[in-house]
Amino acid sequence: MASDAVLETKGLTMRFGGLTAVKNFSAAIPRGSIVGLIGPNGAGKTTCFNMITGFYKPSEGQVLFNGADITGAPPHRVCRSGIARTFQNIRLFGNETVLENAMIGCHLRQKTGWWQAVLCLPSNRREERAIAERSRELLKVVGLQELAGEKANSLPYGAQRRLEIARALATRPAFLLLDEPAAGMNPNETQELMGFIREIRRSFDLTVLLIEHDMKVVMGICEHIWVLDYGEMIAAGPPEAIQSDPKVIKAYLGEEALAHA
Amino acid sequence: MGAKTNAILNILAAVLLGLFIWWAEENLDGYMIQILNLIAVNIILALSLNLIYGFTGLFSLGHAGFMAIGAYVCSILILAPEQKEMLFILEPAYDWVQSAQAPFFVAVVAGGLAAALFGVLVGIPLLRLGDDYLGMATLGFAEIVRIFAINLPRVTNGALGFKGIPDHANLWWNFGWCLFTLYVIIRLIRSNSGNVFKAIRDDETAAKAMGIDVFRQKLLSFALGAFFAGVGGALLGSLVATIDPKMFTFVLTFNVLMIVVTGGLGSITGSVLAGIAITVLLEWLRFVENPVYFGDWELPGIPGMRMVVFSLALIFMILFRREGFMGKREFSWSWAVGRFFKKAGRHGI
Amino acid sequence: MTWAMFVQHALNGLTLGSLYALIAIGYTMVYGILRLINFAHSEIFMLGAYFVLWGLTLFYLPWFVAIVVAIVVTAAIGILVDRVAYRPLRDAPRISALISAIGVSFFLQNLTIVAFGALPREVYRPAWLENPILMGEVRVLPLTLFVPTLSFLLMLGLVWVVYKTKPGLGMRAISKDIETSYIMGVPVNRIISLTFGIGSALAAASGIMWALRYPQLQPVMGSIPGFKAFIAAVFGGIGSIPGAVVGGIMLGVIEIMAVAFFPDLAGYRDAFAFILLIVILLIKPTGLMGARLEDKV
Repeated sequence: MASDAVLETKGLTMRFGGLTAVKNFSAAIPRGSIVGLIGPNGAGKTTCFNMITGFYKPSEGQVLFNGADITGAPPHRVCRSGIARTFQNIRLFGNETVLENAMIGCHLRQKTGWWQAVLCLPSNRREERAIAERSRELLKVVGLQELAGEKANSLPYGAQRRLEIARALATRPAFLLLDEPAAGMNPNETQELMGFIREIRRSFDLTVLLIEHDMKVVMGICEHIWVLDYGEMIAAGPPEAIQSDPKVIKAYLGEEALAHA
Repeated sequence: MGAKTNAILNILAAVLLGLFIWWAEENLDGYMIQILNLIAVNIILALSLNLIYGFTGLFSLGHAGFMAIGAYVCSILILAPEQKEMLFILEPAYDWVQSAQAPFFVAVVAGGLAAALFGVLVGIPLLRLGDDYLGMATLGFAEIVRIFAINLPRVTNGALGFKGIPDHANLWWNFGWCLFTLYVIIRLIRSNSGNVFKAIRDDETAAKAMGIDVFRQKLLSFALGAFFAGVGGALLGSLVATIDPKMFTFVLTFNVLMIVVTGGLGSITGSVLAGIAITVLLEWLRFVENPVYFGDWELPGIPGMRMVVFSLALIFMILFRREGFMGKREFSWSWAVGRFFKKAGRHGI
Repeated sequence: MTWAMFVQHALNGLTLGSLYALIAIGYTMVYGILRLINFAHSEIFMLGAYFVLWGLTLFYLPWFVAIVVAIVVTAAIGILVDRVAYRPLRDAPRISALISAIGVSFFLQNLTIVAFGALPREVYRPAWLENPILMGEVRVLPLTLFVPTLSFLLMLGLVWVVYKTKPGLGMRAISKDIETSYIMGVPVNRIISLTFGIGSALAAASGIMWALRYPQLQPVMGSIPGFKAFIAAVFGGIGSIPGAVVGGIMLGVIEIMAVAFFPDLAGYRDAFAFILLIVILLIKPTGLMGARLEDKV
């Protein structure tokens, strides 16, 4: 499996002062899969995301992406290499329009820059037109094409989450990290979201890692799951195995639940 | 409205401005022309700060420093060698200062480039800082520039500064540069590069996650802003014909900040309108500070009153209309035409 | 340089430094609580000095009374500034309050010009402060001993307030987490007012002693000491009161010593502090004693 892993972490550890937020996190994520990272609040899931995407520099360990070591690379480099993410507390460019948000995601693959724009060079105009076109297509994928001209912070909650995904797709990732994509969604929206994630995996040729609290989502679409508790990995395996793992039940529900189970 | 119509209307507006300048040169008195010149320079300065702060979110208080650099570089290049020999009475100028010469246009560009260079040099260490610390550090930079200007008499003639700087900066030059600045900044802001600046302003973390090299983009915006601040300073030096270190205190930055905040952070239209309004008000309020005579009877001027009014205005602005007059809105021809026809239509009925 | 001269310079540095420290405390307390650089603080310092002058020359108050009245009035103005110009902006982006503070700073400075004129005004010092005391070879003005001593006492008083009283507990709570403090029933606005009052009173005390030490008042006199005191607060670690004290004293001593040892650089005297600011912000933005303010992703 390791040979066909898109992303591999080896002994990732993050310490803040005396606190160890994540300890010795090792995982290999198979190409083309949808996998989940779960665990109770404060277990260190987002910290893992931040280490993989370059927002935190791990205290120890390695991140390998397509076999290349990207440990400690700054976020924009990580993104350039093909890893995109969303945020738990949505972080859109609120004053910009929906379309501009998607276009900003396209910027890192843009070849012409500011001075070509100032000089009104045809190469820049052509490229920017193509970027706008592609952004509109991405908005269509997430169903926001009607709202392209709206300000991002005026969108309803679910639409903001979808825009964040569209924006991440705009960077042309091979690997997508979703931080609680179903948070705040109603059961209908959640159902749609599951189909949608499967759909973008297929059409964009993605590998997806998601953090999620909604077990229906996790068990429904993830092919492999890692469970964190207090920064340590306590279980890993396919959904069925995780569901019946006593350690996981204990971590989520406490000692007594296990006794009743 | 099509791009072609827009372009035609833009060119038409520029031609109208040209006609106005042509008319103004012949028909307006020196004082009015001076105010028009100051308007052009203040718009350049406001646009440059708006690019840095309004569009990219970098709270910089270093404008006076960039302006000083632009003004000194340009002045040294346009002062005649004989003039320099007369000016440098404390200590003779260095040879390269004495002999440096360039035509006005080149001198202004050089002033802008020098400011941009300093923008890069201070930007590399300082742009890592967060908003309020960045403000204080850039304010520190501006003060350092001033202190060096006092202490390098062989370059800047120390505290005495320069007098009799050739007054090349007429209406044509000033408004020419003003239009150029406007053009560059509009092109920039409308492009995807401009979107990236605004993304950094809105959420730096998310911008990083989008693969944007935030530091590089900040440096770019800062250096471009510094360039136009330097250009503004260069024009101002030639316009007022006298520069010295006392001129480039924090008050100068304050005035530019005032224009940008009043007009609206992130609104080019706002900077232009507020640039006009505040320049006129600043000049008009000069009367308050000078004595007024009614026959023999003298009403004494009140020194300091002008800045009292302006600082109060800034406080009111930030308290009650934080987004400025324009917010982030912009003027567009289709909006103007729409307004016009709506009105005309109503009249028709 | 003789030993006596060194002691002389050290004492001068200590005097200047304790004046910086008193101002720096105001910056650091307000920043600790509101994350606001109170740009108008340097004008509060200046007003303290002017009010004493006013009390002496306009109302013929005795020295002691004039000083007490000046400190009280200045503290009240500090509180008023917060109420009018900062409190409405508590929920606004942080820079808005800073811009408001810059506006207040210019307002107070120019209002002083309107009221007192822009020209420097002399302060007449009591004679007993003028006669130097000879200690061996060292000639010391009584002021040089009096200023650090009084400053030290004021700082001790402040430490007592912050660490031993209930309002002090409130201040510490708010600086940790303002929202939770609201929920826990801390009278947040009252305590913020108190903070501005105390900070302004200390700045006024500093301004008055400054006027005795350098007996010339100008409406712009606050800018440079104010900025340097801010730098001292950053140097010591913004948010930390002991940091402000240590930073202020160190900055004063460094400044005097640098000029004493390198007289050629005297013209760059004011640049030292700014360069120091930039260097600290780059190397250790938390200063000597500051706590780290994390940025959450």
